[in-house]
Amino acid sequence: MSINATQKITLKLVVAAVGMFVFAVFLMPPLYDVFCELTGIGGKTKGQYQGATVAVDGEREIKIQFVATNNGAMPWDFSPVEYQVRVHPGEKKAVEFYARNPTARDMVAQAVPNITPNNAADFFHKTECFCFNRQPLKAGEETKMGLVFIVDPELPASVTTITLSYTLFDVTDAAETSALAANN
Amino acid sequence: MAHGPAKGIGRWLFATNHKDIGTMYLWFSFAMFLLGGAFAMIIRAELFAPGMQLIKPEFFNQMTTMHGLIMVFGAIMPSFVGLANWMVPLQIGAPDMALPRMNNLSFWILPFGFALLASTLFMEGGAPNFGWTFYAPLSTTYAPDTVNFFIFGVHIIGASSIMGSINIIATILNLRAPGMTMMKLPLFVWTWLITAFLLVAVMPVLAGAVTMMLMDINFGTSFFDAAGGGDPVLFQHIFWFFGHPEVYIIILPAFGVISEIIPTFSRKPLFGYSSMVYATSAIAFLSFIVWAHHMFTTGMPIAGELYFMYATMLIAVPTGVKVFNWITTMFRGSLTFETPMLFAIAVVILFTFGGFTGLMLAVAPADIQYHDSYFVVGHFHYVMVAGAVFSMSGAVYYWLPKWTGKMYDETMGKMQFWIAFVGFNIAFIPQHFLGLAGMPRRYADYALQFSDWNMVSSIGAFMYGAAQLMFLYNVISTIVSGKPSTEEKTWEGAQGLEWTLPSPAPFHTFSTPPNVK
Repeated sequence: MSINATQKITLKLVVAAVGMFVFAVFLMPPLYDVFCELTGIGGKTKGQYQGATVAVDGEREIKIQFVATNNGAMPWDFSPVEYQVRVHPGEKKAVEFYARNPTARDMVAQAVPNITPNNAADFFHKTECFCFNRQPLKAGEETKMGLVFIVDPELPASVTTITLSYTLFDVTDAAETSALAANN
Repeated sequence: MAHGPAKGIGRWLFATNHKDIGTMYLWFSFAMFLLGGAFAMIIRAELFAPGMQLIKPEFFNQMTTMHGLIMVFGAIMPSFVGLANWMVPLQIGAPDMALPRMNNLSFWILPFGFALLASTLFMEGGAPNFGWTFYAPLSTTYAPDTVNFFIFGVHIIGASSIMGSINIIATILNLRAPGMTMMKLPLFVWTWLITAFLLVAVMPVLAGAVTMMLMDINFGTSFFDAAGGGDPVLFQHIFWFFGHPEVYIIILPAFGVISEIIPTFSRKPLFGYSSMVYATSAIAFLSFIVWAHHMFTTGMPIAGELYFMYATMLIAVPTGVKVFNWITTMFRGSLTFETPMLFAIAVVILFTFGGFTGLMLAVAPADIQYHDSYFVVGHFHYVMVAGAVFSMSGAVYYWLPKWTGKMYDETMGKMQFWIAFVGFNIAFIPQHFLGLAGMPRRYADYALQFSDWNMVSSIGAFMYGAAQLMFLYNVISTIVSGKPSTEEKTWEGAQGLEWTLPSPAPFHTFSTPPNVK
């Protein structure tokens, strides 16, 4: 059976439509992530920092502010132990966040970080962070969660203050689902 | 059997004739228009006075959401597909659409899509309540369980739309009569060709967006969930990558319609035909690269804001070319003002007004003030209603004698136009004032200082609603008892192949292709 002109154009258009669906579901989300990572838009911080230690720039002092927010109806008490620290670029600094689960059930939380201003995101390195993992807390339990970071000496000169914000999400249900899946 | 329509319900259920399918599309979209209109009346009745009087806030949210969804996907889009079904084959000298069976399928899945969507009104949890833009996480984490019906409804509606577009493209590219070159195509055909390409490109993106929602809600993925590493702003990017071309999908066929009507009643050929074609293509191209102007308040970097602001303003150039051409077509023409012409002129004036408020919204720093206010509501009703719906009303009056062989009552037509025109402006001009004064959209209640203009707006909305019932009456009374109008050229200034056919247009037309000189 030969393909006539109408079948040919129909086939092309169907392929185009399917292609656009694939583009939307499978390409747009990763492209968006890559774009945000390359440009620093969205204030997403990088994963764990593996770079070499750098010389400390004693001349400069950067103010680091911490913000802790609960998402939606997340009932945990969540706050930075120190709301503000001053660091020299290149210096390794450890701080802690306090969290308490006041409810009567065991819960799991995930903290999602965000950096302001956007152009500082590339220069804020975390060597250790509680946000790299889910944080389980039993009913009524409290904890101090650690963060170790280095501000890169390459940080643009215009930046004098960096605000690091954590939003705490309740992921108990998702954690249970994946635990069940792992057991099966 | 081969020469006439089948008898009974089978004629419609198994329809493959482009005129029958076009008629079904038109009636279906009008039914949806009345349903979406009823929701609008409920909204305006609740907003008639401050405080809660008629409905609960939760139901109000469902009404604003369903009004938007039904009007965009149920009323405007299918009505223009219906018009394309009727007119494209007649205007290019084709015997039918290129894919008649797919045509049947693309129409008949629509009622099921909208039944899924509308059935949520009667379910526990209620209808979608997250706005027609269904931003995540409102439409995922915080949505009622009925959101899954909404998702599958959108899938079906999208599939219908894609099939309709493929059909229209295949028809225009392959079934033109000998001598009907691309640059001789009537403008309605041109605008639909470009619209159909837009639909094929972006309806799958919408389907993708709701599919990702479905996965996030039911299968534990985190496309739009920040807790799992996703990003709700990504949803907005994907939605508006569909949503902005969608705006032009709605308005381009309307441009095509008035490019047919204005020359007829100016008794002059359309001014600047080829510039119209290029302007339409330019608008279609630009519509793909401006989407984030809907998202100026998401905290975009300044470079992004500037780019999207300037690119958006650029759309005013090809649109201005079109408006210029319509006005120049009328300039020194022998104008008469029959009902279709009144609607067409109203489109030129009111759409331009809506275009200007669009330019105001394009300015990023100003938009941050106007965002999500009634100013935006006023703006997009000027382009959607006064642009698309008015031109659709004009199109029905214009081609009704060709479809039915009967003439509508001119006095009733003009009366409907003026009630619609005045009612529309009374309803939506005040919304601009309300928005500038700071009234946010999508709330069931408002502060006392907004009372007066809201009451005025509601009165206008009721007037506009009444005009639509009159429109229904006009169409039905024309079909039932209109004066016979059997000459080929209903309007003596009309050009084009459809006016070489008898009225009413026979069941089969152009079985032998006409020769186009």
